[in-house]
Amino acid sequence: MLQVLKSKKTRHDLVTYGLVVLAFLVVSFMQANHMIPRMIAGQLVPICAYVVMAISLNLVVGVAGDLSLGHAGFMSVGAYTGIVAAMSLSEAVPNDSVRLVIALMVGAASAALAGFLIGIPVLRLSGDYLAIVTLAFGEIIKEIVTCLIVGVDENGLHVLFNLTGKLTVDDLGLTEAGTAIIKGAQGASGTDTISTFFMGFVLVMVALVIVLNLVRSRTGRAILAVRDNRIAAESVGISTTRYRMIAFVVSAALAGAAGALFGNSFSQLSATKFDFNTSILILVFVVLGGLGNMRGSIVAATVLTILPEALRQFSDYRMLVYAIVLILVMIISNNSTIKDFVARIVPSRKSGKKEVSADA
Amino acid sequence: MSCLTGKSFNPVVNRRGVIAGLAGMGVMGLLAGCSDEGAPAGSGSGDAAAFKIGTIGPLTGANASYGTSVCNGAELGCKDFSTDELAFAFKSEDDVADGEKSVNAFNSLADWGMQALVGPTTTGASIAVAEVANSDPQIFMITPSASAPDVTADKTCVFQACFNDPNQGANAAKKLAEMFGDEKFVVFYNSGDTYSSGIRDAFMEKAEELKLEIVDEETFKDDSQTSFTTQLTKAKDKGATMIFAPIYYTPASVLLANAKDMGYDVKMMGCDGMDGILGVEGFDTSLAEGLYLMTPFSADDPKNEEFVTAYKDAYGETPDQFAADAYDSVHAVALALAEAGLAADADPTEVAEALPEAMTKITVEGLTGTLTWNDKGEVEKDPMVYVIQDGKYVAA
Repeated sequence: MLQVLKSKKTRHDLVTYGLVVLAFLVVSFMQANHMIPRMIAGQLVPICAYVVMAISLNLVVGVAGDLSLGHAGFMSVGAYTGIVAAMSLSEAVPNDSVRLVIALMVGAASAALAGFLIGIPVLRLSGDYLAIVTLAFGEIIKEIVTCLIVGVDENGLHVLFNLTGKLTVDDLGLTEAGTAIIKGAQGASGTDTISTFFMGFVLVMVALVIVLNLVRSRTGRAILAVRDNRIAAESVGISTTRYRMIAFVVSAALAGAAGALFGNSFSQLSATKFDFNTSILILVFVVLGGLGNMRGSIVAATVLTILPEALRQFSDYRMLVYAIVLILVMIISNNSTIKDFVARIVPSRKSGKKEVSADA
Repeated sequence: MSCLTGKSFNPVVNRRGVIAGLAGMGVMGLLAGCSDEGAPAGSGSGDAAAFKIGTIGPLTGANASYGTSVCNGAELGCKDFSTDELAFAFKSEDDVADGEKSVNAFNSLADWGMQALVGPTTTGASIAVAEVANSDPQIFMITPSASAPDVTADKTCVFQACFNDPNQGANAAKKLAEMFGDEKFVVFYNSGDTYSSGIRDAFMEKAEELKLEIVDEETFKDDSQTSFTTQLTKAKDKGATMIFAPIYYTPASVLLANAKDMGYDVKMMGCDGMDGILGVEGFDTSLAEGLYLMTPFSADDPKNEEFVTAYKDAYGETPDQFAADAYDSVHAVALALAEAGLAADADPTEVAEALPEAMTKITVEGLTGTLTWNDKGEVEKDPMVYVIQDGKYVAA
């Protein structure tokens, strides 16, 4: 046990887990005692979803060094498959928590599949192709969900693909007891909200364990090698496509699970929610939190989700203030004067100019 | 990638720049701190005896005009229906027409102490908020403008002040069959929009039943609403003589301009979302001459003159049906409170418990007609069709 703790990286990871658990306990305690306002309490589940999104995107952008501009697309895949799973199992699995776990798994699996399919052609290429294709992927998913009509009754799932725009929910042929889940352009509406903060916390922990362990493993070192110098990595026999694919699919799966958590926390969800802006928002979490820095991603996702709501007193100017805060954080966190200053007062932080590494 | 790793990002910031930046952050913190302390104190003492009504709508972004109308209408309503016994305090929050942000706005209004919600404005956001409002602890909600049936479905304390989409679609088909039974129709709608496709679905169903001749259907999406020439050409080729377009007024203005440019002489009817088309910036209002609208409110109607003048004085704009619906919603809340015998200091959960029953008993003689509610939370009122003549709404 003590041997394990001697590794600096392991200690660092344990501190990360500890901080997340501590944050969860503190928030749960405060919630139980009605110490946090409804505004924050209502955001707990979305924050967990965004934190997982940030962690998952950080795996692609920070660790594997690929730029994904369509991560909201994976979130969307996970959200809708997760909602369909949760709704269609509402009879078979009466327990909400169990149903949510199944929904998260279904969401993760389907998003992983989508990530795998996209990865096959794209990850063989070099350059910025992944960014362009994921960008297109996000838009395509949005269009596909808009065409999708899904309902469930005792005979099972009914799925229509409304390409011409002429079909309606009635064309599903549902029986009396059936319910429509995804209603084309209206998105999923009237769905049960079964996500809980506890499940969100569990998902964050699972995502952290998966990503941190992946990064510390042999596979993770290979991924880092591919990121830092592809030619050198190839020369020692590392398959660049394979390792980038591993990172990409794991990331897509986590994004899918986050989507399922998010989708099951609102009773209405339009496909347009997962647009390019959402992808960029998550990229902002990652960049602001620090590339490859999971702890930073968690903090950035949390703060930047709460910030626009906390700025409500600025009314119409709140998004302006939000933008100014972002710019200031960017400038200040990259300022060498401040970094030197911090390095001087905190001796352990001497390596102010350290390389971008994976959560070191 | 290098641009993202931060390695190449080396801003030329001198010491003064840093200090200015820090100062900026500091000022912001101060501001945030001040208003944080200020807000609850102010509302706590000043509005102690007032019944708190909140509203939510897109005050920024693409749909801001609807949210602004709803907020203005509700605010005016709160002013007009305040009495000495029952004064109303009012607060509005922005949701950018997004479900997630709308729930956040709702929760922040709940923190303020809101006792009844007149909102949200848009449909998707309303479904998400209705679920939260209906779950424990309940808060009474009446949406002026969200029209999907899912908003009120299976919820006890959620009401609608406008027609829901199926009702509106069915009413439109009925009205068209009455007035233009011989025309050949093309249905033109936004397939990426809840409101538009909701009305369309119900319209098609009813139209089939009433044997309206529908020769074509054309669709568009939010990101392709700058030109409709392709769709119009198709509709013209199929011989359509009248367009039924359950769309919002911005695309409708493009549609009318395109039809004019093509020399396509066609009649058109829209639904309540097209109300406001005369106010579109840079739109040649002569294009809208002869346009039929199924909307519950006309600012040119003499009976609404008092409201229209008051609204113009306060906000410098002619009110549209969103404002009128919001005003009527506040009216309904005021009447229902009186019916239930609740005082201004009633607990929100108490209000949510007592108001639904009172709502089914009241009749509101409002701006948008005579409104009554059924126990499902749906409004019952007569549909009205107007035609635009000389830039004014005339009953058709």
